[in-house]
Amino acid sequence: MNEEILTGLLLEEQLELTLGDLCNACSQHAEWVIQLVDEGVLEPVGVEQRQWKFSAISLQRAQRAMHLQRDLGVNLAGVALALDLLDEIYTLRTRLGRFEVD
Amino acid sequence: MEFKDYYAVFGVKRDASQDEIKRVYRKLARKFHPDVSKEADAEVKFKELGEAYEVLKDPEKRAAYDQLGKNWKTGEDFNPPPDWDAGFEFRGGGYTEADAAAYSDFFDSLFGQGFAGSQSSQAGRTHTGYHAQGEDHHAKVLIDLEDAYRGASRGITLRSPEVDRQGRVITRERTLNVKIPKGVRQGQRIRLSGQGSPGIGEGRSGDLYLEIEFNPHSVYRVEGRDVYLDLPITPWEAALGASVKVPTPNGALDMKIPAGTGTSAGSGRKLRLKGRGIPGKPPGDLYVMPQITVPAADTDSAKDLFRKMEQELAYNPRSKLGV
Repeated sequence: MNEEILTGLLLEEQLELTLGDLCNACSQHAEWVIQLVDEGVLEPVGVEQRQWKFSAISLQRAQRAMHLQRDLGVNLAGVALALDLLDEIYTLRTRLGRFEVD
Repeated sequence: MEFKDYYAVFGVKRDASQDEIKRVYRKLARKFHPDVSKEADAEVKFKELGEAYEVLKDPEKRAAYDQLGKNWKTGEDFNPPPDWDAGFEFRGGGYTEADAAAYSDFFDSLFGQGFAGSQSSQAGRTHTGYHAQGEDHHAKVLIDLEDAYRGASRGITLRSPEVDRQGRVITRERTLNVKIPKGVRQGQRIRLSGQGSPGIGEGRSGDLYLEIEFNPHSVYRVEGRDVYLDLPITPWEAALGASVKVPTPNGALDMKIPAGTGTSAGSGRKLRLKGRGIPGKPPGDLYVMPQITVPAADTDSAKDLFRKMEQELAYNPRSKLGV
């Protein structure tokens, strides 16, 4: 076993990624990320593309979008819908967990 | 090597039509997609589906697979008979451009390098001038709520398929010791740069993403940064107010229960211990939900006390219901 303790980067909401960072992390072209923004899947802060800042949540959404597109052949509008519904399910499950006894 | 029954993976008969196979695949792929599914083994299941579909969607591979015979069962020890694929004609590479390395040894032995008409699947990988970034890996880490309060380190065992020097697919197991920073929350991710699949050529390695998941706790429930606790209290603590001991993931605390908790005035349904949730900037809160519990009236004196309350308090909790 490796004795060294690895320290990763905690992807917090406050974390700010540029368009380039996001493209790198997803191995995708900027055009693809821009499409996601146009579709409302990602909501960067900043008006101009050069100044866009994305949160770590955007990174997770972009990666999920990529997997859904690749594995299930869902188009971008479908991806946007699926991600919104998944968010809602997550919120509901968390709330439900509060009421379920063990 | 273990035999894999690709028809059983889909739950279809061996004479299922191509259309039926496609429909079933689509349906199961949506169900078990790791980004959508809540099943614990979704990732494994999804890979299995992909592998089965790789064979069954292609009439040529399917025909070759079919002639292995139908008496095989998943998990049986299997070695492909020599020249099992003789007499089949295949278009192009037998190995797909899909993530072939991720498939099972069984798949590899049938449709890998020895497969009639297949080009070496490694040709593309070693070709000079070809570079690609390694794939990102994703894994879940189960931690206890207490770890989020204090920080911890976790040994994580990852199994990933890799291609060795001889071009065989092997499963490599490695254990990483990863720091869990104080203040992590459910669903947050930690990125470990360069800990994914190695790159091809001069491409950089992929990253490893670890998603934090809390083990269910017997006492606390977690919502984002906030932590919830059901705290049993006595009727007299609720009515008169009291100072009681409350457990927190960081150790017990004294807390004031306000007088009149649980009365119809509704005060004190949820008591907040500010900043005692998951640490961070800002830290979460700990919400204490008082649960009034009634002692059993199992002695004469206990019964007398309850009767006395009945007579002297004249309390009807159902007055709002009109009865």
